[in-house]
Amino acid sequence: MHRVLGDRRAIALLLGPALLVYSLIMLVPMVWSLGYSFTEGNTIDGFTGNGVANFSRVVDDPAVHDALWFTLKYAAVVTAGQVIAGYLLALLYVFFLKRASALIRTLVFFPVVLPTVAVGLLFQKFFQVAPQTGPVNSLLNAVGIDSIDFFGSAGSAFWVLAGMDIWRSMGFYAVLLFAGLVDIPDEVLESARLDGATGLRLVRHIVLPLSLPVLMSSLIFSINGTLKVFDSIVALTNGGPGSGTTPLTLYMFQTSFTYSDYGYGSTIALLLTVVCLLVSLVVHRVSRRDLTEG
Amino acid sequence: MATIGTPVKTSASGRGSRPGKAPRARRSRRGSRLWVKIVVTLLLVVEIYPMIWMFLTSLKSNDDYLNHSTWSLPTTWEWGNYTEAWTTGHIGLYVQNSLLAVVPALALMLLLGTAAGFALQVMVWKGRGLTLLIFLAGMMVPPQMILLPLFTVYFQTGLSGTLWPLILTYTGTGLPLTVFMMATYYRTVPRELFEAATIDGAGILRAFWTISVPLVRNALLTVGLVQFFFIWNDLLIALTFTNNQDLRTVQVGLLNFTGDFGATQYGPLFAAVCLNVFGTLLIYLFLNQKVMKGLTAGAVKG
Repeated sequence: MHRVLGDRRAIALLLGPALLVYSLIMLVPMVWSLGYSFTEGNTIDGFTGNGVANFSRVVDDPAVHDALWFTLKYAAVVTAGQVIAGYLLALLYVFFLKRASALIRTLVFFPVVLPTVAVGLLFQKFFQVAPQTGPVNSLLNAVGIDSIDFFGSAGSAFWVLAGMDIWRSMGFYAVLLFAGLVDIPDEVLESARLDGATGLRLVRHIVLPLSLPVLMSSLIFSINGTLKVFDSIVALTNGGPGSGTTPLTLYMFQTSFTYSDYGYGSTIALLLTVVCLLVSLVVHRVSRRDLTEG
Repeated sequence: MATIGTPVKTSASGRGSRPGKAPRARRSRRGSRLWVKIVVTLLLVVEIYPMIWMFLTSLKSNDDYLNHSTWSLPTTWEWGNYTEAWTTGHIGLYVQNSLLAVVPALALMLLLGTAAGFALQVMVWKGRGLTLLIFLAGMMVPPQMILLPLFTVYFQTGLSGTLWPLILTYTGTGLPLTVFMMATYYRTVPRELFEAATIDGAGILRAFWTISVPLVRNALLTVGLVQFFFIWNDLLIALTFTNNQDLRTVQVGLLNFTGDFGATQYGPLFAAVCLNVFGTLLIYLFLNQKVMKGLTAGAVKG
């Protein structure tokens, strides 16, 4: 019977177009971009080979160091924030709101689908100090604190940025983790309660270990996204002040399109890819070890 | 199973048999209920107030915005800000561009992705596991890795200056998730169904189109919604390939919004942001359960 389902011509017809488009748009350009790393120039002026010059430049470039550090710092803080906020919300949904949580769940999820640019502009105006004192600064003024120029220093801009991205996606992780928590059988919780585990002890010893798998997949998904952050930063700070909030993704974009240096841009893109792969590898390793131990 | 089953019985009988503990439990529950109320209220304020503030500000005149408290209601309700944003701010044109890029990309992606998902999950052949892995690899690699070669190709083939670079790039970058999700949905459809269809004389291609596609109709809508939000909200690809002002998508247009007026017009700017937000809100109002299910499914499987 498998003769029909193994029809080679049909397989080629069904799979061929997708594989072709995918190869042309993604696979071939990836290899091609690798080749650009050994050149300098751009599409309009043409490319000339320059050996491994781009690679030694990446190693020495202080802007790359800053961008790499920013990328890692941002990914660590925002991933932790997203998953922790999401987990707390999920616990709230499951243990306190119970059946009534559907509306809150839907509402807190909503910012996930909002266009990042719109959210970025909203937060920019919400935290601004001039020309109009935004709501956050008016609130600070109302309790007697002077206005803070949030986007005037890289430090405070970072926290607004992190806050915005956590605000945007905590509802998403809450729903993801909620699904994991709901799967814990009531009997297990009930028997743990009878054994005297309540509140934090119940969460720490029963709920947390049992929801570890979904917690880990949230973590992996989150870090995969935060390492590639681009839209929120462009919309909120555009990398500023100076280059204080510039991650690798944005530095690559600026190098390529503002300074028209495609060769060096490709090398930075390669560095970003390597960082993404390394981090995923490490998280996978750690999560697998945790799962087998837990 | 038996060890889990026993405590349930104990708990059922235990509830009635320990009346002494009840008052304390009730008191702490009332306390926690207040605490929950405060948290939920805070949560609602944090989620909703920014939107209300944005909406109210979109109805203010520039003078009103700059010279009155940020908390105040508009002194005059300037609904004209919306027409201003739509025409002078070109949001109308940008929405049209976005639709012209998103709709064909979505259609292509779903068609190709469903066929590939069928071939990878239902059909039986050597190497399908590896092919699926190759598709999956595309989800890991940052899009920065493909932008420059694509830019070169689009430039040299004369496609820059049209919306084709967007349509093609969105289709290609969306395929991995689409293929993967469709393959997962096909796992729930028994293979025997297609075998039976082919016994009745339908070719396998016809079985794919007339039997399998209607079966995964729901999944198509879910995947389509998820991808719609991804493409509609995309900034990176749109920013790279729309070098011409007339081709801007909504997101690129919004980012450069202030440039279209001499000085910043705050009312129309907020109106533009609102239009963008309300568009998504409208879809979300009707399809929120599907959106939530689809987006989280994409995450777990990815």
